[in-house]
Amino acid sequence: MNLLDVEDLRISFPTRNGPTEVVRGVSFSLGRERLGIVGESGSGKSQTGRAILGLTPPPGEARAARLSFDGIDLRGLAPRDWRGLRGKRMSMVMQDPKFSLNPVMPVGQQVMEGLRTHGTRGTAARKAALDMLEAVQIRDPERVFRAYPHELSGGMGQRVMIAMMLVCQPDLLIADEPTSALDVTIQIEVLRILDRLVGERGMGLIFISHDLRLVSSFCDRVLVMYAGRVVEELRAADLAAAKHPYTQGLLNCLPQIDGDRRPLPTLARDAGWAE
Amino acid sequence: MLKIDGLEVTFSRAGADPVRAVRGVSFEVAQGESYGIVGESGSGKSTVLRAICGLAPTTGGQITLEGTPLPAPRSPAFYRRVQMVFQDPYASLHPRHTVDTVLSEPLAIQGFERREARIEAALTDVGLGPDFRFRYPHQLSGGQRQRVAVARALILEPQILLLDEPTSALDASIQAEVLNLLDRLRAERGLTYVMVSHDLAVISHMCERLLVMQHGQAVEELSREALRARAASTDYTRRLLKASVGYTREDAPA
Repeated sequence: MNLLDVEDLRISFPTRNGPTEVVRGVSFSLGRERLGIVGESGSGKSQTGRAILGLTPPPGEARAARLSFDGIDLRGLAPRDWRGLRGKRMSMVMQDPKFSLNPVMPVGQQVMEGLRTHGTRGTAARKAALDMLEAVQIRDPERVFRAYPHELSGGMGQRVMIAMMLVCQPDLLIADEPTSALDVTIQIEVLRILDRLVGERGMGLIFISHDLRLVSSFCDRVLVMYAGRVVEELRAADLAAAKHPYTQGLLNCLPQIDGDRRPLPTLARDAGWAE
Repeated sequence: MLKIDGLEVTFSRAGADPVRAVRGVSFEVAQGESYGIVGESGSGKSTVLRAICGLAPTTGGQITLEGTPLPAPRSPAFYRRVQMVFQDPYASLHPRHTVDTVLSEPLAIQGFERREARIEAALTDVGLGPDFRFRYPHQLSGGQRQRVAVARALILEPQILLLDEPTSALDASIQAEVLNLLDRLRAERGLTYVMVSHDLAVISHMCERLLVMQHGQAVEELSREALRARAASTDYTRRLLKASVGYTREDAPA
């Protein structure tokens, strides 16, 4: 059985001119693998990730023909049941640690929050949190445990985020641009941590990013989104053989260290792609 | 043309240790050249640009433009020759000023004539057209905003353009458009660029020479050919080069 099945996911937001669909019929399934979702800003990739966790911000509305996680139908789940799933079975790493960590709460407390919610308390929770901080390659977990988010660098903050999301050992991790706010060399380190954890724990990972090159080097499979739809799905290794003109255009318009194409090819958008 | 010699920038605050953001950086940019500065966040690369245009305090060393040390504070004449484009077009345009207001301000300060014609010409140059003149920033996309920022810098017809990560806030396809625009303007007007970026591929595309910075210091200077030949002499540059390829699974565990 697939870990996650999404069929005909639609997310709409009300506007003055009636509801606008930002995600229009996305379907995919996920096993215990690394799936990349790539697209430009506004393509609906982050909303897709949020909808899986039931985090579509109101007044937005998510509907799907099928949205099941490990056999559980996620549509119309009661808040109480969501609380049982989020954190413990599936969780999400947000883009920027500066905005997604609580600035007035020590890091250790934040990492333990999920454990406490799901029934691990006291010294057991403390130990699990410290072990997790160590697992994400934080050198001095005791110090970081007591630190506030502003005392950490961006790379450290993002590792704390990852630790926080993985401490309950979820089966599914959704990472929304987890490394976009980080420097390239730190980016690679964070990816290595994710890669190891996915491998060791057999997690399913959905990696959302705008960086086609990075995603293709990290994931097993890639979904390319454009204007709320999946325009192409392909194995990461076959990226060079992408068929859709949008995917090809995205690949082509990146400057390369070795390339000397002047002017760079730009993306000529075709109204037909959005149909 | 522009020479930076042993530049030091130290920020000191009462009750805190002074921060040495730039420690003895030197480089020289020739007329018509495009010079790149690469480094990670906190390496001091943007501070170098800010020091050149007087937005950060120069605490040591010297910056000279055609042999003349720059006055502090910078004179209006300096800003006619040197202009800067900032990183984030969402933050660098005043949300309640129209494009027209943004572009008129430097013209008024410098006492330029024929302002209307210049504004329309500047908008046409960056590929927007006069229709955009009375729009507010929120009516523009990210790429259009960055074009306005470029138009704002170019309207004074400067010789040197300082570019601080001009495309890092933009999508890949929009990045290509803005890079092409910058390329074309340089070819047409013989501009000199100093461009800061964390993306080696962007720098390699745009610049003939580049400086790699780390912790406020210059690590090494490379030509575009040396970069393409992967002829880096320091470990740090090699790591940057490797990271720019993307994730590699066969790497030894950290």
